[in-house]
Amino acid sequence: MSVKSSVSLYWRIFKNKYSLVGTECKICQKVFFPPMRYCNECSNQTTERPFVGKGTIESVTTIHSAPEGFEHLVPYHIGLVRLDEGPVISAQIVGSVDNSALNKKVRVVFRKTFVDKHAGIIHYGFKFEII
Amino acid sequence: MMRNVAVIGVGQTKFGELWRYSLRDLIAEAGLAALRDANVEKPCIDALYVGNMSAGTFAGQEHVGALAADSLGLRVPAVRCEAACASGGVAFRQAYHALGAGVYDVALVIGVEKMTELSTPAAVSSLALAGDHEWEASIGLTFAGLYALIARAHMQRYGTTHEQLAHVSVTNHKNAVGNLYAQFQNEITVEDVLNATKIADPLTIYDCSPITDGAAAVVLASGPVVQRISKPIWVLGSGQGTDTLALHDRASFTEMAATKAAAKRAFSQAGGSIADIDVCEVHDCFSINEVIALEDLGFCKKGEGGRFVERGEIGLAGSIPTNTTGGLKACGHPVGATGVRQVIEIARQLRGDSHNQLKDVQRGLALNIGGSGATAVTTILGRNEP
Repeated sequence: MSVKSSVSLYWRIFKNKYSLVGTECKICQKVFFPPMRYCNECSNQTTERPFVGKGTIESVTTIHSAPEGFEHLVPYHIGLVRLDEGPVISAQIVGSVDNSALNKKVRVVFRKTFVDKHAGIIHYGFKFEII
Repeated sequence: MMRNVAVIGVGQTKFGELWRYSLRDLIAEAGLAALRDANVEKPCIDALYVGNMSAGTFAGQEHVGALAADSLGLRVPAVRCEAACASGGVAFRQAYHALGAGVYDVALVIGVEKMTELSTPAAVSSLALAGDHEWEASIGLTFAGLYALIARAHMQRYGTTHEQLAHVSVTNHKNAVGNLYAQFQNEITVEDVLNATKIADPLTIYDCSPITDGAAAVVLASGPVVQRISKPIWVLGSGQGTDTLALHDRASFTEMAATKAAAKRAFSQAGGSIADIDVCEVHDCFSINEVIALEDLGFCKKGEGGRFVERGEIGLAGSIPTNTTGGLKACGHPVGATGVRQVIEIARQLRGDSHNQLKDVQRGLALNIGGSGATAVTTILGRNEP
């Protein structure tokens, strides 16, 4: 991570990352994960909405050249996961992953995500595993 | 009604690992080269537009507009434009609008990035900020990773192969032979690409543009100044498109709506169609992006891009010679400089002094893309005043 030394940068989305809480618009019913404070369709303020944590892998890659803080995980897998509620998120896929992972069903798991040595913060959040 | 605007001078530094030279040095070299080429003196310059993505994280320096003016001994209004890898294209477009509106008569546009001050992991981290910091970069998703996800989706949907993608890198390296400004001037083979170090599966290091230092500059002019120029190259059309910042929020992972919007706007201004384009520079930050760009611009049908490049259509003798400089892959990709470098090559092809000069070039197009497709800028240049 290039941006370091900031607790506030991350704490406000701890709940979203720990519990897969997104938002929804009560007016037009659009659901958001990652959360949006205001609906990008009808501009109304959204309310919190928990996501079940199941989805489907729409694309996947294995990272061999990592950014700072992730070098020790190489090789690791990242997928585009379409949540059953509709939105797509980028997420690490744990376990054994190859081309056959495309279109596989996945479920959310809670994991350590990275260590910000500069600020001394150990980050946790969601990853996904193939069901 | 906009005034007509022309490119009247171009200049650039060599692209590469330029450890001897600072951000200031690169800006001054490219800027002065463009002024010499245009044969205009510094007092003629009314404004300076700088394309730069991240001098703060790459080189510990912000306020790059003032830095650039200072480096050149100019005291004119200086503006820095940031749109990730499309910063150069956006800076060019902003200058074009100011001249077209009659605010200024002559402007200098400089794209610059100084990337090799950092280790590779640190540079990769800086580049990742062009995506969504909270939801992409924070999970370890790199730019190569984002384009690998796009490549995998394209392969799955259209049967595109890694061999086909490799033809993009092979062609671009071939075109860079003899381009003395290019970071890499050597040929490579399809096998080299397929067997190279993996970066983000399926992409290998030869599918990826490198980390590069460099600057590129053009002088833009409107009004009476242009009458003194023997070969002004006219801006016929300019378009810019925007899509979601994060890849995962897009309606499609295999096409770029921003490119389509930018091209549509540029052609609605320039008239004509993609069939009238004789040469183009497109944004091959990763091999898959050249394939998608060719499809989204309309040189081939959606999904046909892999087969299109495999057939040699993008070669110097193909139906649409593309990245005649060597593209981002072989020239190198100092992110803020790239969009300006692309415009330089189209202007050179139209003037007749490219190192890979094509015959009878009347119109050329540059496509500069930022992030994983959140920003796209399309510029159409031509020999005849509109």
